[in-house]
Amino acid sequence: MGGVVVVCLVLLALLAPVIAPWNPNRPDIQKILDGPSNAHPLGTDQLGRDVLSRMLYGARVSLAVGFVSVGIASLIGVVLGSLAGYNGGLVDGAIMRLVDLMLVFPRFFLLLAVLAFLRPSIWTIMAVIGLTGWMGVARLVRAEFLALKEREFVIWSQAVGASGFRIVWRHILPNAMAPVLVAMTLGIPAAILTESGLSFLGLGVQPPHATWGNILNEGKDAIEIGWWLSVYPGLAILLTVLSYNLLGEGIRDALDPRLRQSAARFVSRAR
Amino acid sequence: MTPGAPLARLALILALGLAGCGGEADSAIDHAPASEKPAYGDTFIEALIGNISGLIPNVLSDSASFEVGSLLYSGLVTRDRDLNLIGELAESWRFSKDCLDLTLHLRRNVRWHDDAPFTAADVVFTYETMINPKTPTAYREDFRAVASVEAVDPYTLHVRYKQPYAKALQSWGVWMLPKHVLEPYVREGRLREAPQNRSNPVGTGAYRLKEWKPGEKVVLVANPDYFDGSPYIARIVYRIIPSQATIFLELKAKGVDSAGLTALQFKRQTEYPAFRKAYHKYEYPANAYTYVGFNLRDQRFADRRVRQAFAHAINKREIIDGVLLGLGRAATGPYKPGTWAYDPNVKTYPYDVDTARTLLAEAGWKKNADGVLVNRHDQPFAFELLTNQGNDERKKVAEIVQASLKELGVQVDIRVIEWASFLKEYIKKRRFEAIVMGWGIGLDPDQYEIWHSSKTGPDELNHISYANPEVDALLERGRTSCREEERKQYYTRLQEILAEDQPIIFLYFRDALPVVSSRVRGIVPSPNGILYNFHKWYVPKHLQRYTAE
Amino acid sequence: MLGYALRRLLLALPLLLGITFVSFVVIHLAPGEPAEVQTGDLSIQSDAQARQLLRETYDLDKPLHVQYARWLARLVRLDFGKSFSPDARPVLQKIGERLPVTLFLNIIEMLVIVGLAVPIGVLSATRQYSLFDKVTTVFVFVGFATPDFWLALLLMILFGVQLGWLPISGLRSLNWEYLSFWRQQWDFLGHLVLPILVATFGGLAGFSRYMRQSMLEVVRQDYIQSARAKGLAEPIVIGKHALRNALLPVVTILGLSLPGLIGGSIIVESIFAIPGMGQLMVQAVFERDYPVIMGNLVIVSTLTLVANLVADVTYSFVDPRIRVGARRGRR
Repeated sequence: MGGVVVVCLVLLALLAPVIAPWNPNRPDIQKILDGPSNAHPLGTDQLGRDVLSRMLYGARVSLAVGFVSVGIASLIGVVLGSLAGYNGGLVDGAIMRLVDLMLVFPRFFLLLAVLAFLRPSIWTIMAVIGLTGWMGVARLVRAEFLALKEREFVIWSQAVGASGFRIVWRHILPNAMAPVLVAMTLGIPAAILTESGLSFLGLGVQPPHATWGNILNEGKDAIEIGWWLSVYPGLAILLTVLSYNLLGEGIRDALDPRLRQSAARFVSRAR
Repeated sequence: MTPGAPLARLALILALGLAGCGGEADSAIDHAPASEKPAYGDTFIEALIGNISGLIPNVLSDSASFEVGSLLYSGLVTRDRDLNLIGELAESWRFSKDCLDLTLHLRRNVRWHDDAPFTAADVVFTYETMINPKTPTAYREDFRAVASVEAVDPYTLHVRYKQPYAKALQSWGVWMLPKHVLEPYVREGRLREAPQNRSNPVGTGAYRLKEWKPGEKVVLVANPDYFDGSPYIARIVYRIIPSQATIFLELKAKGVDSAGLTALQFKRQTEYPAFRKAYHKYEYPANAYTYVGFNLRDQRFADRRVRQAFAHAINKREIIDGVLLGLGRAATGPYKPGTWAYDPNVKTYPYDVDTARTLLAEAGWKKNADGVLVNRHDQPFAFELLTNQGNDERKKVAEIVQASLKELGVQVDIRVIEWASFLKEYIKKRRFEAIVMGWGIGLDPDQYEIWHSSKTGPDELNHISYANPEVDALLERGRTSCREEERKQYYTRLQEILAEDQPIIFLYFRDALPVVSSRVRGIVPSPNGILYNFHKWYVPKHLQRYTAE
Repeated sequence: MLGYALRRLLLALPLLLGITFVSFVVIHLAPGEPAEVQTGDLSIQSDAQARQLLRETYDLDKPLHVQYARWLARLVRLDFGKSFSPDARPVLQKIGERLPVTLFLNIIEMLVIVGLAVPIGVLSATRQYSLFDKVTTVFVFVGFATPDFWLALLLMILFGVQLGWLPISGLRSLNWEYLSFWRQQWDFLGHLVLPILVATFGGLAGFSRYMRQSMLEVVRQDYIQSARAKGLAEPIVIGKHALRNALLPVVTILGLSLPGLIGGSIIVESIFAIPGMGQLMVQAVFERDYPVIMGNLVIVSTLTLVANLVADVTYSFVDPRIRVGARRGRR
């Protein structure tokens, strides 16, 4: 169910050039902030551009940024978190201190520095959001590992000589994924909004190109007379989160029986 | 910036942007019935969108500090409702024939807020502070022309200039600083650390500081000993509210009495009876214009025909309607329509895409089969248009310009960049092709700092690297002449050249859009905005809302 | 455990040094230089001499390592330096006048969020896919996806403008000084209701989702099943055995949020005109007010190090099997 919605959203974004009724970037000063109508089902923005068309085009950037940057962040977070949690000791110490550093590092200046070297593009945006957003996942995964590695089934598989990688991959990681799924679900809307924050610095998607985040932002000044500028992108983001959440639930439920089986197998062998 | 008019306060009374030619039809016309006699009392609450950064405006540069400062301090001269220079702390003055000597006579009844008398020694001290290399002020330029300042007696001042200086008189509108309080701080170069700048400003203005809570509010109370009589309104509270949307809601809920509005709020959100009853709206062109500037070191933009073509291709009306909802006036040059230096008869560039194409063709740029504008070597005309973050208006201008130039086959990429890096990395280093920016202009037409070819260094203001020998000569003559009729000729010629040359495309003068609670009387809209006579504003007794203890 | 904590604390000092050094360098090398923020047109008022003077006053003309050494030398005497902004006030004073409000708001918010999110999470996990679960899921995500400023303005219009029940913005009414002590507190709290409401609604999703998810994991574990099999009452099983173990991610997230307590939300602060840390820091960053930025950084990094240490130590209380700091395979 969640998957279906996600696929639909992606399709809409891909088909934007075909289905968008108007040119999303063409100002029309005769139609500034017109409410929803037949011609403009979602109204127009502060320069008279069609909000529906801008939402469709904006979906391309926003969905891509949301999914990819969260993917990057989760990947880094899971790998480093597992390494730290499983190995403990020095490795753990080093990785966790890196996390501490990243957490307190003044991100604004890091972004400015990045800006000095790179041109803004959707790839830079995804990389920047991903590379600065993995610390939470790392700490969550590590905490799960700390707990899981003391469980019987892990100790048993070590005893029977399973390789570290195999233990982590087959036994611990699947059990540690629950908080990661939550982090990913929450990370997607956060990333979509972070993108419009980056535009502040000149690093985000530049005008006139639309993203859900910057449509929302522009709606801020017109909230009383142009509610559609904040409501529709807000709804789109909500829809994305909810469907992704359903998808995540589904994945977890699908994973689950297998996990319990493998855990149970070890427990029974242990007896 | 106020080009060449560092005279803070004159430019700054405009902080709210309240300067200009009288309001339009819906400005409050003061019709006080007999029952509404001026009365003392009440509190006036104004919303400021930005924090004030200190209490000595001579060393500050943000508009909020200037607005507060203009009530705490006074200068020797000021501008009246028609923008004429009139005496404030000076009673009278006289120039010598050659304009090199200026003698000022000071008022004798002026006292500092701590009751010390104000004398010529304070004026000399203020001058010395402004030229002291240890004083971090941005308004030094005006005083560089001074050869000597001397107190002839406690109430007479003699100033000698190295050469005639057009802004000599205006420059004495600088805020006067108290010698007996600040002398040691200036000597040690610690002016910013003085209590004067933080908690206890001693001025000669109509109001005294009661309290400054950083980020929250500034409270002023009437100065009963003000030389022009105690102001009527007993207390002013500046509330710092960083969100324009919140300010507007506070207006609706009567939490504030005055604020500047956005065009959208002014045009679309205040046209209902309750609001019109509670507030008077004012509308004047602000002393600032917005422009599209080109880096003239770039070969493509160095060709005048290209700039003229772009001027024809950009529809100023569309920009004013689209960005300001019509609340602005097209600019034809760097002077505001209605001011004495302004020349209405310069060359204009009506929106005309065909002429633009012709001009571009002459310059060697033609559309190819794909509709892209290319030169002989088939290189497309594409450039980056930069503007600063935090100014939505400029962003929208950039978007409209981009769409307009697309018609010509020119590809424009917009980049919005955070202010401090924009200045340091792009403007100062001249690393830009084109920019959307604004100039705040002073009340004097001297714009030496902006257009003179000697002012192209990194910390200087001729960012676009404009160089025209005739313009240089006119600017030099204009600032060293002390006769207005003569200066007018120079500046008329300057405007003709700038209009022909289009070193930048002058877009518009935005309107300032303040509203003030309708219970306040005594407001007279004028070419100088509304704030110039604040100390004469009052609330009739039966309409007073707050009792100030 | 005590030894471990002490070791970590000892290690924290060089780490702090490293963090401040790296940050110091990046902050100074990043584009821009101290400037007064101007967004209007009266923008680039500048006097080359004044600029040069400021560069000298602030040591910005010195090599970076000299600047850092001087900063550090002051810091060990607990002198955080003076702000670069034109009021030139001491950094500690500037932070000191903003911190209490922010801290107060954030702590209340955190308590409300955790107080609501944990029960929501537990209940929706134990009743997975029930109506309650579905409703709260949608509810917390709506909160998460609703833009702060939108909700804030909506509430301000409703309670401030239409109904007139609550003040719209600021911290205190203008006549605050003239109120009695209790009226003052009442007035202050009234100003805080909306900001707290907005921040709480947005923050529920995080904690409640983590809580729900990890509770779902835990209730399926064998020891919970066996506790049930032993015939223990369900509330005891959930409340005593399951909850404790399920708190693991919540502890992690709390640890991560702790340093955030001293940072204000920029959007909430500027919409409600609250003079808190968020606004101070935004201004400092835009003005390149390095001493204020560094001062804040020192405080935040200290808090982060402590918070993560506390979280690590707490893990073993939540789940006694966890022994942080021990090397794997050593027993």
